Amino acid sequence: MALYKTEQLKCWKKAKELREKYYMDYASAKERGGIRWSGSAWALDAIPAGLGTDVHSLTGEPYAAAVAHDKKLNAECQNAAESAGFARDLCAYMRTYWGSIYLNKYLFGGPFPKPDFNFQTQICCSHSKWYQHASKLENTPVKFIDVSVGPYRDLTDERLMYVTNQGLESIEWMEQVTGRKYDDELFIQAVKNEMRSTSLWAEICVLNKAKPAPLDEKTMYSLYVLATLSKSSKWCADFYEECLDEVKDRVARGIAAVPNERCRVMSDTQPPWAFLKVFRYLEEFGAVSIGSLYTFGLEGIWETKPDGTWGPRTTPMQKGIEITSREQAMKLYCDWNLSKPQWQHFYDPRLKTEMMKTIVKEWGVDGVMLHLNRGCEGLSIGIMENRLGLAAAGIPVMTFEGNMGDEREFDIGRTQNRVDSFMETLNLKREFTHA
Amino acid sequence: MITAGIDMGSRTVKVVFLEELAVAGAPQLKWGVKGKHIMFPDELDMDVAAEKAFEDGMKEAGITRDQVSYVVSTGAGRKQVKFATGDVTEVSAGARGAVFMCPTAQTVVDVGAEEGRGVKANAEGKVVDFAGNEKCAAGAGAFAESMARALQMNLKEFGEASLRSERTIPMNAQCTVFAESEVVSLIHSATPKEDIAKSVLDAVASRVCAMVRRVGIEGDVILIGGMVNNPGFVKSLKTSLGIDHINLPDMPEYISALGAALIAADGKA
Repeated sequence: MALYKTEQLKCWKKAKELREKYYMDYASAKERGGIRWSGSAWALDAIPAGLGTDVHSLTGEPYAAAVAHDKKLNAECQNAAESAGFARDLCAYMRTYWGSIYLNKYLFGGPFPKPDFNFQTQICCSHSKWYQHASKLENTPVKFIDVSVGPYRDLTDERLMYVTNQGLESIEWMEQVTGRKYDDELFIQAVKNEMRSTSLWAEICVLNKAKPAPLDEKTMYSLYVLATLSKSSKWCADFYEECLDEVKDRVARGIAAVPNERCRVMSDTQPPWAFLKVFRYLEEFGAVSIGSLYTFGLEGIWETKPDGTWGPRTTPMQKGIEITSREQAMKLYCDWNLSKPQWQHFYDPRLKTEMMKTIVKEWGVDGVMLHLNRGCEGLSIGIMENRLGLAAAGIPVMTFEGNMGDEREFDIGRTQNRVDSFMETLNLKREFTHA
Repeated sequence: MITAGIDMGSRTVKVVFLEELAVAGAPQLKWGVKGKHIMFPDELDMDVAAEKAFEDGMKEAGITRDQVSYVVSTGAGRKQVKFATGDVTEVSAGARGAVFMCPTAQTVVDVGAEEGRGVKANAEGKVVDFAGNEKCAAGAGAFAESMARALQMNLKEFGEASLRSERTIPMNAQCTVFAESEVVSLIHSATPKEDIAKSVLDAVASRVCAMVRRVGIEGDVILIGGMVNNPGFVKSLKTSLGIDHINLPDMPEYISALGAALIAADGKA
């Protein structure tokens, strides 16, 4: 049955430890006289880094995804948000986060740690309301940066400066609300860290083009999450250096994530976090999920290489550009973030379809599983257009409904039944059953 | 050789026995139906229900168990059939059976009690693409059944009544629960029952049509599943899909069981 050798990813444990430390550091930051801020995983987190080395963030989506694994607390959070009058079809992460505030319960123990300020980008339809309401509940100052300036391919200097100037203004705002003097050197270093983290993550994902795939998507979730937590930190970039080396070694030695890999699929959008066993179910057919535009491009920063393939974006440092001032750093930083793959589909679903087709081609994908995620309007927008585009290109596609953060909207039995049908269309038979 | 397909649906168990014919030539002439049986299980134990349906079916077909070489199960409860030699999803089984019955069909519309789906199949009856309703009964037979109950009609009366209506009353609700409220409102406003019946079946057809269009219409269209027996639904579906003809096979409820028996014969499950 096994076609390839497999072994556990050595850095997986470290990723878990770093993640745990991140949440505990945030909770205890005040004990050390530090600063706490909150925003989404898409907040421009290198900017608050200039406030000091004792600044800690809580990013909302990964926090809510972590809560989703705790079914009891998650249900309590959902109920608390609904009891406050919020509809069930709103962003599931947002409801969980608000629920955590309403209940005053932190997943990692103790009361919900109130931030000193909220800092958020505006591109997703829910993100702004999320932190607007959180700030109201917490009586916390909030700052938004509007980054919806159109797709990166159409970026002009005026559009870039519109975002850059907001970033520069936000520094002055942070100085006011925290009473701290801003350190440009710390900011520049954070910008470099983030560019390194997000480019390295893309480089790791590129290694999954290898057959057998050295990583499966379920494992990748434990790795990419660090970039969603603190991509501008040195520890995050350093971890990805270490991870890259290990994954390169796996490719060189032919180590597979799924030892019976016979088929490669890709998913889309956040998975139903409480039901990651769906990925284990795929393995029973010899199918490995090699990742997705979501896993690759939520935080990874990419570019089209001279040979036409998709790869990690070259950092300014790799190009020999010296970053010497706040203004220069901010402009490069905003340009970097505006090229984020997962920001492009907000403007036109065809941009996402093209990126998905690229992944299918370059990663040797046999079929695509689209999660019609009722919990995230932002990433689900245009998903049926993506389906049409992929199907028109002759790529087998299946859809399944669910919710990343509200298990009431996911039916594991029906989803597995649909996977069965999809596997049959890909000529795969179930080879074994996980215990 | 005799093979069997058993479809453990959400409401009924269907069994089809196929026997290999001596006639060589076109695939559809190679196999003949030796017997079929349908039963409404009066208990929740699916394994026992499958056993009973299979025994009764063999009795009707005049065969014994040792004559049956392979048994492939399908349907929502397919994993519960302990004596099956293999299993296959209802999507694959339905497509295989439908194309066997109508070799020119590449678009299979399957509307049973619990699920409605559109399937694109190739000439061999293999699934190319499919789309179905998710956690909602609005595109399935159970929806029509529930609405017929609200009108105090049986399904046969419900389907026939709709044929007498020429009106189009849009049903706004997609959810069975809310649709029932809408039906009650229509009753209270003295809307003729036949108009309400048509409105309901138009709504189901509209939902099914969306799924079919998602996979695209290619070749002839065949409708399988229990809703074939509802002439009002067939008419609504034709209108919704904008086509004049839909192939309606004999024994529509058995098509998935037939497909499973054919897959058993192919040795592919």
